[in-house]
Amino acid sequence: MGTGTGIGRVRGLGSAKHGAQHWLVQRYTAVGNLLLVLWLLFSLLTLPGLDYESVTGWIANPLVAVPMMLMIVSIFWHLRLGMQVMLEDYVHDKGLSFFSMLLLNFYAFGGAAAGVFAIAKIAFLGAAE
Amino acid sequence: MAQSNSRPLSPHLTIWKWGPAMAVSIMHRVTGNGLATAGALGLVWWLMAAATGPDAYAYFVRCATSPIGYLVMIGLSWFFFQHLCSGLRHFVLDMGAGYELRNNKSWSIATFILSLLLTGFMWLYIFGKAL
Repeated sequence: MGTGTGIGRVRGLGSAKHGAQHWLVQRYTAVGNLLLVLWLLFSLLTLPGLDYESVTGWIANPLVAVPMMLMIVSIFWHLRLGMQVMLEDYVHDKGLSFFSMLLLNFYAFGGAAAGVFAIAKIAFLGAAE
Repeated sequence: MAQSNSRPLSPHLTIWKWGPAMAVSIMHRVTGNGLATAGALGLVWWLMAAATGPDAYAYFVRCATSPIGYLVMIGLSWFFFQHLCSGLRHFVLDMGAGYELRNNKSWSIATFILSLLLTGFMWLYIFGKAL
């Protein structure tokens, strides 16, 4: 990669035909979050109770467990993309930037896995004794 | 990283006159990252507690319904509604609409009013039902 002229610096760093992907997925997951988190809020507000039995019984319903899992995936995907943009803006050091992306990926995948696992356990095993 | 200091700097925060569009943009990032950390962790904590058993769930409820817990939940709900409203504003701007100065300003202000109203109504409903 050249270091002299502007075009020399840019060459090889240009479009790889993936430029819009990050931006688009941020919007797709935003729509997912809009629908699914509003659904969760309305559901929690209208549930007869938020005690252990009511909540686990409610989550165990397939019509609740599936959208809840989708919501977890949509949320953690969206936050991974959003926090990436924030970190790219504020973390300038190459090494720190790499490390922050590593942590962000661990956080996003770990959090999503924990959420989906918790829902699956409630759905498949029912309430613990 | 060694960076050339001879490059021009973009104007810093201090020289800008604060406007609604700037505030709503900054708040979009602040609320987004707040939800991404505290909000997402709280959600997973709630689900994990429900999956672990009655004792873990009772502990979660005790924390969530403490004064600090309510403060965090009210704050997060406002963050959610603000991020939702400014996110909807983003969709409009993404389509290339709403850039006229007057429109842009009034919709920026509207996101704050709407998010505060939604938060207020939701908690009025919650506390009203509890009474």
